[in-house]
Amino acid sequence: MTNARAQIMKFVKLASIILAISVFAGGQLRAGELLPARNCTWCHGTSGQGYMTAPRLAGQRYEYLEKQLLDFGNHTRDNPFSVQYMWDAVAYLSPQTARDLAFYFSTLPPKAAGDGNWDLAPIGQAIYAEGIPEQNVVACAVCHGPDAEGVRDIPRLGGLSYTYLKRRLDQWGEGFHSAAQLPMPFIAGKLSPSDIEALASHLSFVR
Amino acid sequence: MRSISIRLLVQTTVFTAALLAAHGSDGASRAPAAGGDVQAKIEYCMDCHGHQGQGYHGFLTMPRLAGQTSTYLENQLRAFLEGRRDRNLFINMARVHGLSPAMRAAVAARFQGLNPPVLGGGPRNLAAAGAKIYEEGVPEANVPACSACHGPAATGQGEIPRLAGQLSSYTVRTLSTWNRDRGAAAEGENPAAVMAPIAHNLTPNQIAAIAAYLSNLR
Repeated sequence: MTNARAQIMKFVKLASIILAISVFAGGQLRAGELLPARNCTWCHGTSGQGYMTAPRLAGQRYEYLEKQLLDFGNHTRDNPFSVQYMWDAVAYLSPQTARDLAFYFSTLPPKAAGDGNWDLAPIGQAIYAEGIPEQNVVACAVCHGPDAEGVRDIPRLGGLSYTYLKRRLDQWGEGFHSAAQLPMPFIAGKLSPSDIEALASHLSFVR
Repeated sequence: MRSISIRLLVQTTVFTAALLAAHGSDGASRAPAAGGDVQAKIEYCMDCHGHQGQGYHGFLTMPRLAGQTSTYLENQLRAFLEGRRDRNLFINMARVHGLSPAMRAAVAARFQGLNPPVLGGGPRNLAAAGAKIYEEGVPEANVPACSACHGPAATGQGEIPRLAGQLSSYTVRTLSTWNRDRGAAAEGENPAAVMAPIAHNLTPNQIAAIAAYLSNLR
């Protein structure tokens, strides 16, 4: 029964992705739009706001975006969706195009996804601002900034979708992307499932 | 059956050895009951300050703690607690550090004992100018030689901090905002007060040069 339902869900997801591609992919280039960016916007949304499993790129730090494209290419970013979608997608990307794409998406104005649980947001906000010192969980704000805006190659988190944030925090704790030599696997591993739900909820509302 | 019991025997032996080793290294320096807490707290410090205390460039610059004098580290932790440091930061460091007085000494001692490679980061072309100021001061601006107190190799001593290997953005910020972030006096004598006129008399370019020199110093 569950298996059948999973199959149906899989089909529905696939169908919506194909629908999204056929709806959004066509049309003339808008001012400032890059032609190779069409390959990205098929999944990440025409204005880079993210779509289903594909995270928002609009307004993201361009050094972060560039570094992710490189990390997909050298396979250090190894979480399942990255392996499934992004490794092949960047296989023939030149360093210059990676830089151009990163810059292009960083200039698009972001919208907050707002898909988290509003009731949990205050708990998440407290964790973001101060960590949970009693549990030795560090404050997110010291690296990601007081307004979750990110800096350099440290990503903007404010307004990303709840589903994406939750999945990434889960996967950091599971050991994915650990080859990047970042502190995140150590930090996320100390978060409980309810801490992650609260954090992801709060961040999804941040503008 | 036999292979299972051998495996069990090996596992038990390894586990016991590991337990004894862990206990032996902990028990020597601190109370066994607090050992695990202190180790977890040190790892917590390292989540931001680097897993060898080498420092980290986040939104804030987390300073290098490795090789720092334990007296200085303990003094700073107390200064955060008493609201004498970085009061205008968007985050309450005393709350975030969350250290009990009993933990301070152990944490400070651990970081003093570390010696990873320096992160560097300051522009090397400024280092020569920085070295000159470090060793000779800026006589016309009434700035004494840094080496007079911090030592010829910038290793510090006691309450005078080690500066060698410090991240340049941290040194720049510290010297640029001295009065605001470190100017609050403790009860009694404030050993850091001597730095206020020095920081005030340095120009931004001179500060950048000193920071670049120190960031590349091993």
